[in-house]
Amino acid sequence: MHEMSIALAVIGQVEEAAERAGDVTAVRSVRLLVGELAGVVPDALAFCFELACAGTVLEGAELVTETVPGRARCAPCAHEWAVGVPPLLSCPRCGGAGTDLQAGRELQIAAVHWEDGRTPAPAREPIPEER
Amino acid sequence: MCRVVDLRQAVLAKNDAGAQTLRAELTARGTAVVNILSSPGSGKTALLERELLLARERSVPVAALTADLATENDAVRLARSGVPVKQVLTDGLCHLESAMLAGHLRGWLPDDTRLLFVENVGNLVCPASYDLGETLRVVLASVTEGEDKPLKYPTAFGLAHLVVVTKTDLAEAVDFDEAAFRSHVERVNPGVEVVLTSARHGRGVGAILDRALAAADGAPPHVPVMARTADAHTHAHVHADTHAPAHPQAHPLPDGHTHEHPPGHSHGQTGTHAHARPDTHADAVPRTHP
Repeated sequence: MHEMSIALAVIGQVEEAAERAGDVTAVRSVRLLVGELAGVVPDALAFCFELACAGTVLEGAELVTETVPGRARCAPCAHEWAVGVPPLLSCPRCGGAGTDLQAGRELQIAAVHWEDGRTPAPAREPIPEER
Repeated sequence: MCRVVDLRQAVLAKNDAGAQTLRAELTARGTAVVNILSSPGSGKTALLERELLLARERSVPVAALTADLATENDAVRLARSGVPVKQVLTDGLCHLESAMLAGHLRGWLPDDTRLLFVENVGNLVCPASYDLGETLRVVLASVTEGEDKPLKYPTAFGLAHLVVVTKTDLAEAVDFDEAAFRSHVERVNPGVEVVLTSARHGRGVGAILDRALAAADGAPPHVPVMARTADAHTHAHVHADTHAPAHPQAHPLPDGHTHEHPPGHSHGQTGTHAHARPDTHADAVPRTHP
């Protein structure tokens, strides 16, 4: 169960990004890509995330996990397939081992939704009639 | 105001960056790390005891670090070989991370160490995700654990450079189906070598030492399919650029900054292992070293 370590790593990186941005007041949500072969259980991660966010700028933030299915491509014969779980990583068509895993091991913070102290910039230049 | 910030950062980026640094530092001083993973009770310590003794007989400077949640029992056993041994107690943590390992090596690892064996916490789930800066990752399973272990723990077996079956002296008693085990390994890690061992009878002892020395000397290790991903891990950089604010009235950003990073963009082959070179390994057929 390393989901707590993963949750802490996510929080640490979001905190750092928020610090760099300078004026973040609250984090609303964090979108995470989790490949089906990443070895992470989204429910366990969500549980740890909620606990570990307490007392940080992420307190109350929602963790949105998107599962990324595993996909592979056989380099020699160009066959592509969904690898499934447990994954089938030798080519089901030619039996070869020259497989490239194209997706499925992601464990990536895709995006963060936060509040900052900035006031919205004007959407456009005011047209002369408005002046 | 509300905004959405694209981070696109690998969660384990810090661990991976630490692992790359450690691997580079150790390689520069001539040390290669062997990361040994298995379930609790698979026989890591027993086999490692034999490998350390053999290394000592052959005058190969080796050292071992063993991680457990509690007790120093494993270190006591390994130290009988006479090589430098360190026990790391993780206080309940289920895996080692690269920064932890680097911290434990500082001031302890003898300068002339050729191979450092790291006996990871007995666990096939969590340690699989953490690169420790190793040159060779070895995953063990004993014959008593069932032939489907590789299917139950695909990430662990899928990232192995070498799979070792232990306790083969018990194979007959438990009706171990070697062919089934091999086919399950092949499914999650095609082309990886499988070695049969028995620490009790001495079968296969030395295989890990031989493979580790070959890897330390620069022989290209097996590249697992699971490690052949452009985007698996390392994104050490940050895109703190904002885009498309969620707030409907806000269309600021006169800078028109667009970031050209489609999902799955790669930054070279900086995956889990530094040696993700073009796949030229020829050992598509698992070999046995009885």
